[in-house]
Amino acid sequence: MSSELTRRTAAELAELIASGQVSAVEVTQAHLDRIAAVDGQVKAFLHVDAETALAQARAVDERRAAGERLGPLAGVPVAHKDVFTTADMPTTAGSKILEGWRPPYDATVTARLREAGLVIIGKTNLDEFAMGSSTENSAFGPSHNPWDLSRVPGGSSGGSSAAVAAYEAPLATGTDTGGSIRQPAAVTGIVGAKPTYGGSSRYGLIAFASSLDTPGPFGRTVLDAALLHEAFSGHDPLDSTSIDRPVPPVVEAARRADVAGLRVGVVKELGGEGYQPGVQARFNEAVELLESLGAKVAEVSCPHFTYALPAYYLIAPSECSSNLARFDAMRYGLRVGDDGVRSAEEVMALTRAQGFGAEVKRRIMLGTYALSSGYYDAYYGKAQQVRTLIIRDFEAAFEQVDVLVSPTTPTTAFPIGDRVDDPMAMYLADLATIPSNLAGNAAISVPCGLADEDGLPVGLQVMAPPLADDRVYRVAAAVEKALQDRWGGPLLAKAPELVEVDR
Amino acid sequence: MSAITRDEVAHLARLSRLALGEEELDHLAAQLDVIISAVARVQEVAAEDIPPTSHALPLTNVFRPDEVRPSLSPEQALAGAPAAEEQRFRVPRILGEEA
Repeated sequence: MSSELTRRTAAELAELIASGQVSAVEVTQAHLDRIAAVDGQVKAFLHVDAETALAQARAVDERRAAGERLGPLAGVPVAHKDVFTTADMPTTAGSKILEGWRPPYDATVTARLREAGLVIIGKTNLDEFAMGSSTENSAFGPSHNPWDLSRVPGGSSGGSSAAVAAYEAPLATGTDTGGSIRQPAAVTGIVGAKPTYGGSSRYGLIAFASSLDTPGPFGRTVLDAALLHEAFSGHDPLDSTSIDRPVPPVVEAARRADVAGLRVGVVKELGGEGYQPGVQARFNEAVELLESLGAKVAEVSCPHFTYALPAYYLIAPSECSSNLARFDAMRYGLRVGDDGVRSAEEVMALTRAQGFGAEVKRRIMLGTYALSSGYYDAYYGKAQQVRTLIIRDFEAAFEQVDVLVSPTTPTTAFPIGDRVDDPMAMYLADLATIPSNLAGNAAISVPCGLADEDGLPVGLQVMAPPLADDRVYRVAAAVEKALQDRWGGPLLAKAPELVEVDR
Repeated sequence: MSAITRDEVAHLARLSRLALGEEELDHLAAQLDVIISAVARVQEVAAEDIPPTSHALPLTNVFRPDEVRPSLSPEQALAGAPAAEEQRFRVPRILGEEA
């Protein structure tokens, strides 16, 4: 029973718990056992606290026993990206500079998970401060892809994607600044969504690039991702960029799962050269599938998307150089070299040099460069203009079609170590996901098969206009349903079984 | 020709408050040169009359009523401090020797 529970979807677990067939404590214990058995290989988690998790589960069971009406995911475990503050667990953002830090407050996303009765089972690994596409930039070592442990699980939310793909949790949170939810979802064969910017709260999310950072859900099914999306999204007065509008009906859309008559645009610029043949082949088949399900497919050109990557690598580092100035060794976090002789400024520079990893330093310096006088207009200013042109490309495209589609990533999961010292090669992983961050619209990645050359998962990306999040869930659910009928089950069932160690 | 010189990278490190060693500076200088050359592609785009976008969605300033609300206690605020004294953050000297 215990190992069977970890194979269930979040929706199924919620139903089993609600109907009293299993307790939240049993479900949590089953996942803690699975973590103990496989996380030594997967390394998805930075922190697991069985006692705290079981106490949360027990509270849900008690509230239910007392006849309280609970949310639709009450008692279901969730793995929480270690970039959201949690008052009862350490929060590191994958950085040495925050090692062991206990935040004095919960992020809004954390608070809403708790209110919904979700059981936070642990904190997941990430590229330091969410900067990266592989988790290799984590100060605490990389996570591993459950499909092939020698490969990356994507990033930056790679601990979350690995946890869900390895059945260590049915759900996980992530943040998507340039693709950090969709890319890891794609390369681990699960579902990951980036809500409309402002649709989910950034309060208590350790900031990387404030105009781009977007919390979002991971699940093994589209419906599960939608349920989690609804659980933590919506207006937050504590985030000044939060949208004061109802959450789009994503759960209803995931249940509807139909695309008849929907106009689907294939983005000409996101495919072809630079895309792995097996990725392109599965994508082309997914487009044919959509057509067979009654969607009207057309090719759409978004000419400025080819400039999205360079614009992003000016805008995101610029915002990061400003945001990470708060790590000054004065109020919290690491302090190095405070010997009574050195000045505050010297201590600050020593601490930051020791506390930040290579990628974070690269981005801080790149951003400092792009914002410095004499270069501002040519770099940051120009990138902001390109951002306008990308938004206009989207607007023109959405006059012709209801959603846009592309491969989520140019390649399948790459081997650990392959791109670590070649930043530009690493940055290419986000080629197709970045445009939606710059424009702030909704997007999702849903599994669409395995690449022939390496047998690894491929993701289909669906993009919709801002606040039309329901549309991406509707399309993803339709694709998922049709493909699972064809495969006879979820794509993840094709992943090799991990060896469970004795505990 | 390189997009950025090693001296400029050393200057950036000082502006960024990063006390980097010589070797790290060499390594970063080479990488930043490649990255800056690549991102400079944005300059190819004809964008003369295009307004810049700082945020994807239109933003208006948000105000809240000026009311007292629960906040962190001094103990909570200082709990993560590298050093604290008398309910204050203790910091290294902020002025130079001769000041």
